[in-house]
Amino acid sequence: MINIELIQKTAESLMAKAAIEIPDDYLTGLQKAANDEDGDLSSFVLEAMLENYVAAKEDRRAMCGDTGCPRWYVKMGNEAQIDGGPIALEAALRRATANATKSVPLRPNRVHPLWRTDHDNNVGIGAPEIEYGFEPDGNWIDLVTVHKGGLFGTDYRMLFPSDGIEGIKRFYLDSLVAFGKRGLACQPAIIGIGLGGSKDSCMVLGKRAACLRMVGDRNPDPKIAALEDEFKELGNNIGMGAMGFVGKSMVIDCNIEVGYCHTGGMQMSVHAFCLSSRRAVARIYDDGRVEFRTDPAWFTDYQRRETVEW
Amino acid sequence: MVKDNKPRKIRLSANPTAEALADLRIGDIVYLDGTVYTAREGVYKRVLEDGIAMPMDLPADSAANFHCSPAATQHDDGSFDLGAVTATASFRFSKWIGPWLAASGAKLIIGKGGMSSKDYREHFVPHGAIYLTTVGYGTGALLGRGVKQVSNLHWKKELGLAQAMWVLDVENFGPFIVESDLDGNSLFERENARISASLDKVYEGTRPAVLKRFGETDDRSDEMI
Repeated sequence: MINIELIQKTAESLMAKAAIEIPDDYLTGLQKAANDEDGDLSSFVLEAMLENYVAAKEDRRAMCGDTGCPRWYVKMGNEAQIDGGPIALEAALRRATANATKSVPLRPNRVHPLWRTDHDNNVGIGAPEIEYGFEPDGNWIDLVTVHKGGLFGTDYRMLFPSDGIEGIKRFYLDSLVAFGKRGLACQPAIIGIGLGGSKDSCMVLGKRAACLRMVGDRNPDPKIAALEDEFKELGNNIGMGAMGFVGKSMVIDCNIEVGYCHTGGMQMSVHAFCLSSRRAVARIYDDGRVEFRTDPAWFTDYQRRETVEW
Repeated sequence: MVKDNKPRKIRLSANPTAEALADLRIGDIVYLDGTVYTAREGVYKRVLEDGIAMPMDLPADSAANFHCSPAATQHDDGSFDLGAVTATASFRFSKWIGPWLAASGAKLIIGKGGMSSKDYREHFVPHGAIYLTTVGYGTGALLGRGVKQVSNLHWKKELGLAQAMWVLDVENFGPFIVESDLDGNSLFERENARISASLDKVYEGTRPAVLKRFGETDDRSDEMI
């Protein structure tokens, strides 16, 4: 049985870590981009960002004043049992979100879409989002929080098999160029692409590709992995850099995830995580151990399974 | 595209003189000293549409309007805990900016992404105001360091923490980049024009989607704002 207070306490730590500490894989990618950048203004922006991450860690303050829309990805091993069950789990994550909004502090971004009511704690109807996944073995629960920006850099389009790779490239470039102007997408960033599924699951896949994979890892399908390399290169050759200034740093990495779709279609979504790519992860075991890490390790063979039985 | 062509760095008062503003060029890096306040759609609506008197003496108290909601909280004893500070995208406030510049006497509008050069020429130039953009849109911790104290928080109850008017005493507060000058030129538009010139080549080997959408453009020099 996994202790519910431990879940809440760990979740609160994760909220602070995600907001304050840049993940190592992303930082390494960004440093490389800063070294390669030769646009004068883009270079200045990247240097300022790198300085900012040091300041955030030293002062224990959020990297960015727009702390995004905190969300949760929860993964459970098949043998895991939670003290109080799923209702207690959700309450703990909502409490952790509200408490951390005050204690870090985070910006209370979440409001009612029509009445603009703000509870000043990032909790409300459907907020924070909590999504679930499961793994065949294990008596642990993984908590992943992602502080994803909420406004720009994401788009969806219904493509068709006849659009082909040329059509996929076009929509990818359109999304980067459109939202890259004036830096609305807060690039450079990890770009996630969802292909297939249905409209909603395509969006979910693309968002997870952006938020739940590490810089440098590759899709296990070698042809998709080759596309990831090609798209990263393509994005960095647009001629645009940070803030939409002349430069060549748009894409720290490009991750593609796919899902089976209608035989007539080829849904596509594009998602830009942000310049700070905020995520934090912990695994909590039923014996009380807690292991913090930055790799969500979300896309396992089980999550990408194609067969009826496992 | 030359790395030794580094931008100029300049300290500027949050109540700048006309001469100091005239000296700025788009692409300059600016650090502010003095007092800045946050005002965005909530404050604009309240003052400009509902006609409620401003809670500050503007521009005497400050001529720097920051499009921002800080990551901050107010304790029960009234004290503040302010962490990171980051701007929000300004183009959404276009419809209020002319009347706001007239009412507030602001000389510096600070935000994310700038506004159009049309807005600059119609509204900023007549009021002798310029636009400063935050850098990278994520240097929240650096900006947080530049805030010496929160000297006031107006309309917290009426507008909520995110939309309230935060008054910040700042020192060496930055970096910001000069996005518009007194003639209404826009740095973002200059950069967009340079990038657009070679976009056709980037798009080689791609194909327009089979299924079109209403309102779609294939002119990629267009902006989205």
